[in-house]
Amino acid sequence: MTNDNEVTRAEVCAVACADIFRDAGEVLASAFGTIPAIGVRLARATFAPDLMLTDGEAHMIAGTWAVGAPAAGTIEAWSPFRGMFDLVWNGCRTIVMIPVQIDRYGNVNISSLGDHDRPKTQLVGVRGAPGNTVHHSTSYWVPRHATRTFVSQVDFVSGAGYDSVRKAGPAARKYHHLKRVVTNLAVLDFEPESGAMRLVSVHPGSSVDEVRESTGFELIVEGEVPFSRLPTDAELRLLREVIDPHALRDKEVPA
Amino acid sequence: MSDKQMTEADVVDRLRSGMTIGIGGWAVRRKPMSLVREILRSDLTDLTVVSYGGPDVGLLCAAGKVRKLVFGFVTLDSVALDPHFRAARQAGAIEVEEYDEGMLQWGLYAAAIRLPFLPTRAGLGTDVLTANPRLQLVADPYGSDEELVAMPALHLDAALIHMNRADATGNAQFLGPDPYFDDIFAMAADQVFVSCEQVVSTEELTAQGRAHRVVIRRLLVDGVVEAPGGAHFTSCVPDYDVDADGLAEYVAAAKSPRAWTAYLDKLLAGGSNPEGVSA
Repeated sequence: MTNDNEVTRAEVCAVACADIFRDAGEVLASAFGTIPAIGVRLARATFAPDLMLTDGEAHMIAGTWAVGAPAAGTIEAWSPFRGMFDLVWNGCRTIVMIPVQIDRYGNVNISSLGDHDRPKTQLVGVRGAPGNTVHHSTSYWVPRHATRTFVSQVDFVSGAGYDSVRKAGPAARKYHHLKRVVTNLAVLDFEPESGAMRLVSVHPGSSVDEVRESTGFELIVEGEVPFSRLPTDAELRLLREVIDPHALRDKEVPA
Repeated sequence: MSDKQMTEADVVDRLRSGMTIGIGGWAVRRKPMSLVREILRSDLTDLTVVSYGGPDVGLLCAAGKVRKLVFGFVTLDSVALDPHFRAARQAGAIEVEEYDEGMLQWGLYAAAIRLPFLPTRAGLGTDVLTANPRLQLVADPYGSDEELVAMPALHLDAALIHMNRADATGNAQFLGPDPYFDDIFAMAADQVFVSCEQVVSTEELTAQGRAHRVVIRRLLVDGVVEAPGGAHFTSCVPDYDVDADGLAEYVAAAKSPRAWTAYLDKLLAGGSNPEGVSA
């Protein structure tokens, strides 16, 4: 069991993911990965009560339930895959996705590595990344911050970054918003002027140098970089007792 | 009203090599697997497959039936990446047209309502455009400065879908939580073949206020196949869930050519429509 006084890296990551949903309003929140799933439930159970969450199938579910367990709560609405793209294109949604590659301007790849005609490694496909990134706020979660993920150029732009939408014109830019990148080392965002990735905070136990060494491009670092915030006592209790009682978070980000 | 019941073999008799075939369901949910197996038994080849991809895609790729895949993803959910599809791609064995999953719906919908294209923002600023050089942009004719992707209609020669219930004339019903995109696949296709867990009377189909679950209307349907267990090993809730063992066998079959041959022999044993194959 985790010592109550000792906050783990995974728990810092979880509240950093929760903070992505602060001020998101009354929208559908989708979160891929264990720690983002913990974060979104924590956010709804505390400071973002208006969020809607699905069970991963065709229903929106109210309440708070544990990760790794079937959704347990009141069905509040029907949400078949059919309606998902309507919600995405309407804009009343926000998402955290897991990129296989991400570059300085937030272009991400989840499609394939190597030549697209004959990939060295076939991944899942672009999925909803092209649509998500030009329609609503999108954030990313990287469980292992390393130069193999943070690359100078992604092999297949599946989700659009700032430089790409600027080149693509007004229709691409209109609703494009990359909010955060949360990793096991740090929280990052994008500098509004340049659209380039910027270090927001480093997790306690990590350092600006470690983040820089683990990133395959130059990060914007402005002044003194603060440490990421720690969970509050109430958040820790919810996280450990209700949302992740079996500590699945430690599998994604080992202590 | 004509009785449109037929067998899987009858369906495959109406398909031709080189056709564009849409397959309903989503990933490991409600895939018309008995129809896919029948294609594996046939000498059909050179197919263009349009799918929200799961093991339907992997099987057809592994069996060498696919010339081109039109897709947004291929996944087995609990196993994120389909090994058969990966092998085909990494060997350069198939062509692909890769779209955002919403673009795929939009292309099918354009075909369904007989439009050459529908505009969308999805795809802008990504390599979906560079990898599909036939994709064009269209300027807003009403004077904004927006240029959108003109998603071309994805017209299908045939659509294959699996539902929980149908009547003999082709009205068909989902009983699970989600219709997926099956009715759009049906409207986008010249020929539509529906397999189902059970053929029932029309009265039974719409009884107990379930008429709103009849999302496939007979006016679109050319053939109805009663195929109990027809979606196996994918799910057909509430009739059955994903068969985890069946999925594991499928994944293990990608280990070697010998494993694939043995798997295929077992999968296709017993001829058409073997109830509960390998279950």
